[in-house]
Amino acid sequence: MSAPLRARDRASGPAEARPAAPRGVAATRPRGKPSAGPAAQLLAAFRKDLLLSWRSRAQAMAVVVFGATALLLLSFAVGPDAASLRRFAGGFLWVALLFSSTLALAESFRAEGEQKALEGLLLLAASPVSLFYGKALANWLQLLLVGIGLLPILVVLYDPDLSRMPALAGLLALGSAALSAPGTLYAGMASQVRAQQVLLPLLLFPLVVPVLLAAVKASSLLLLGDPMGQAGAWALLLAAFNGIYWPLCGLLFSTVIEE
Amino acid sequence: MAFDVLPQPSPRAPRVAAALLAASAALLAVGSYIGLFVAPPEHYMGEVQRIMYVHVPTAWNAMLALTFAFVSALFVLFKQDWRWDARLEAWLEIGVILSFLLCAQGSIWAKPTWGVWWDWDPRLTTTAVLCFAFVGILALRRFVEDPVKRATWSAVATIVAYVDVPIVYFSVKWWNSLHQTQSTPQTVASSMVTPLRINAFGVLFLMAGLAILRSQLARRKLAAELAPPLPESNRLEPTGGVA
Amino acid sequence: MDASTPAIEAKGLCRRFGRAWALAGVDLHIPAGKAVIVAGRNGSGKSTLLRVLAGALRPDRGSLRVFGEEALRDRETLRRQVGLLAHASYTYDSLSALQNLQVAARMLGIPADRKSLLPPLEEVGLAHRADDPIHGYSAGMRRRLAFARLLLQSPSIVLLDEPYAQLDPPGFRFVDRLILRLLGEGRTVLVASHHLEECAKVGDLGVVLEAGRVAWSGDAARLPLEVVDPAQAAREAV
Repeated sequence: MSAPLRARDRASGPAEARPAAPRGVAATRPRGKPSAGPAAQLLAAFRKDLLLSWRSRAQAMAVVVFGATALLLLSFAVGPDAASLRRFAGGFLWVALLFSSTLALAESFRAEGEQKALEGLLLLAASPVSLFYGKALANWLQLLLVGIGLLPILVVLYDPDLSRMPALAGLLALGSAALSAPGTLYAGMASQVRAQQVLLPLLLFPLVVPVLLAAVKASSLLLLGDPMGQAGAWALLLAAFNGIYWPLCGLLFSTVIEE
Repeated sequence: MAFDVLPQPSPRAPRVAAALLAASAALLAVGSYIGLFVAPPEHYMGEVQRIMYVHVPTAWNAMLALTFAFVSALFVLFKQDWRWDARLEAWLEIGVILSFLLCAQGSIWAKPTWGVWWDWDPRLTTTAVLCFAFVGILALRRFVEDPVKRATWSAVATIVAYVDVPIVYFSVKWWNSLHQTQSTPQTVASSMVTPLRINAFGVLFLMAGLAILRSQLARRKLAAELAPPLPESNRLEPTGGVA
Repeated sequence: MDASTPAIEAKGLCRRFGRAWALAGVDLHIPAGKAVIVAGRNGSGKSTLLRVLAGALRPDRGSLRVFGEEALRDRETLRRQVGLLAHASYTYDSLSALQNLQVAARMLGIPADRKSLLPPLEEVGLAHRADDPIHGYSAGMRRRLAFARLLLQSPSIVLLDEPYAQLDPPGFRFVDRLILRLLGEGRTVLVASHHLEECAKVGDLGVVLEAGRVAWSGDAARLPLEVVDPAQAAREAV
């Protein structure tokens, strides 16, 4: 049997002498890591995701341009009849936003995978629920901004009633929230497999059919006239969807990101 | 611990499945005969309406299959037992097939009746959306290589999609109610109910038999995919100190 | 909880990846306040073991107690006790070193202002590049940042996976000093490394992994070279 390691080391050269200082207060063990409460962690995660979004804002701009291109293509598909275009404006807006959302949602997890940063946060005893809501809220904000970025294009292409724009922005807030909750959950899954670009839309689009229906209906009513005042009812459906999926997806997120 | 026990095929399963399939064949034969030849034609729609004897049982059982998938998904997350993942896979596939058949039957009925292949009936449209949603989950299962992730993720996706079912139904119904006046046939006469029920049980037994066989197949695939049990080691003797 | 409660007590830890067992039944008994070297060839399961002990991976079988408390049912308690320096640096490349530490600090609930976070950066020698985005960093600098992030956590048990990798000789000495300092603070340290000459200087105990099992364990001074690197042992025997 060859000589043990330490003996070799001593023989080979001047080894650094082990300091003779006594080993610390081993009678009581160190206290362990500090940890913030769940609300503070949520805020920390939200700030982190906002910062990451800000750092990749060129990407976010590209998403808006993509959405605008989608609006243009949809208009070409229908033809230059102004009346038809105005009728479909609500539908076009939400389809364009839905397509853009897959890009934005996928991007939100890219930075987490590069150096396994998400696992790093989990190891800081961060609660997965806080991490979910931080990211879902940041994604919501981002989708809302994309939607609002599309409004000027909408105005130029379809000549809608400008007084309805603030209400439309409110609808955008509700609808993008409804996309963000399940979208963040599914993007968390998709980011971990190879076929990620096709998996996210494949899972998300059938799920958010009610969101699309409600948002398009309400938008069209806002833009074209709402004699029976039904837009509010559709907005309520959007709110109900949010009310169900924000809690559900938060609960399920940990199973998706834990190893 | 979680997902630890390797799934074994059950020895009784093929016999149970065979019995169910035999019973189903008998029931479907009887029910279809009565429905096609014995029951009276419907007052307004005539012979075309006879598709209902297949269509309604398919509708009930499609929803049942997806409900079984949902229950399996819950058990996968809470029990973390491979057998429930095998059942989930089976019920997902059966649910997708039945949903697809339902849409096909709906089209076959709609064309001679309303002149269009698709009439945006709320129930059928919901079924189409569900078909897409659950096909997506089957695709998810194909794309994920790690068996544990595959099991937990498809369970999560099934739960999320199933919760959506009533929401989709109500939103489509509402969306369409402003324009929709047609609807799929309603059963009224008692002479029509009997073959309907017979066929419903026939499809149920067919479904159950197929689910058993499919889940046995899934168990075998899982057993082949997961690591075999640990071999006994040739451990080097520890030289003292720790461990 | 007295001084004799072991820091880590693991029995039969198993973890499978696909059809292979990365860990095939690992038993460990690590006394508190000691430095343990985990040696073994590539693919022997060192990184997997450290990730399981840190709470990053759930083992398929086995039990784990940390300071006497059951650690696998709710891995949050485990994660509060253990800090891991992994292969991945757990950083966001588009953010700066300071911003990365701020994210960690806020998660930990410790002060996240510049004044509090510059000292750890100075300690690892990154203060002069604190505000540059990380994607411009060299591999060695990323490693140093990972060390700074680990120091913020102040864990009772420190797991270092190849701490000497991607560092230069001054970096080696930094790691040695760091390990000694952590030990001086009463923490328990596990080092998984190929650089046995380096870490043998600081280790008390040694464990050799082979094919996912503990093949040898004992005093670090007697870590047999032939178990870890038979080719080298053969050359020296000649």
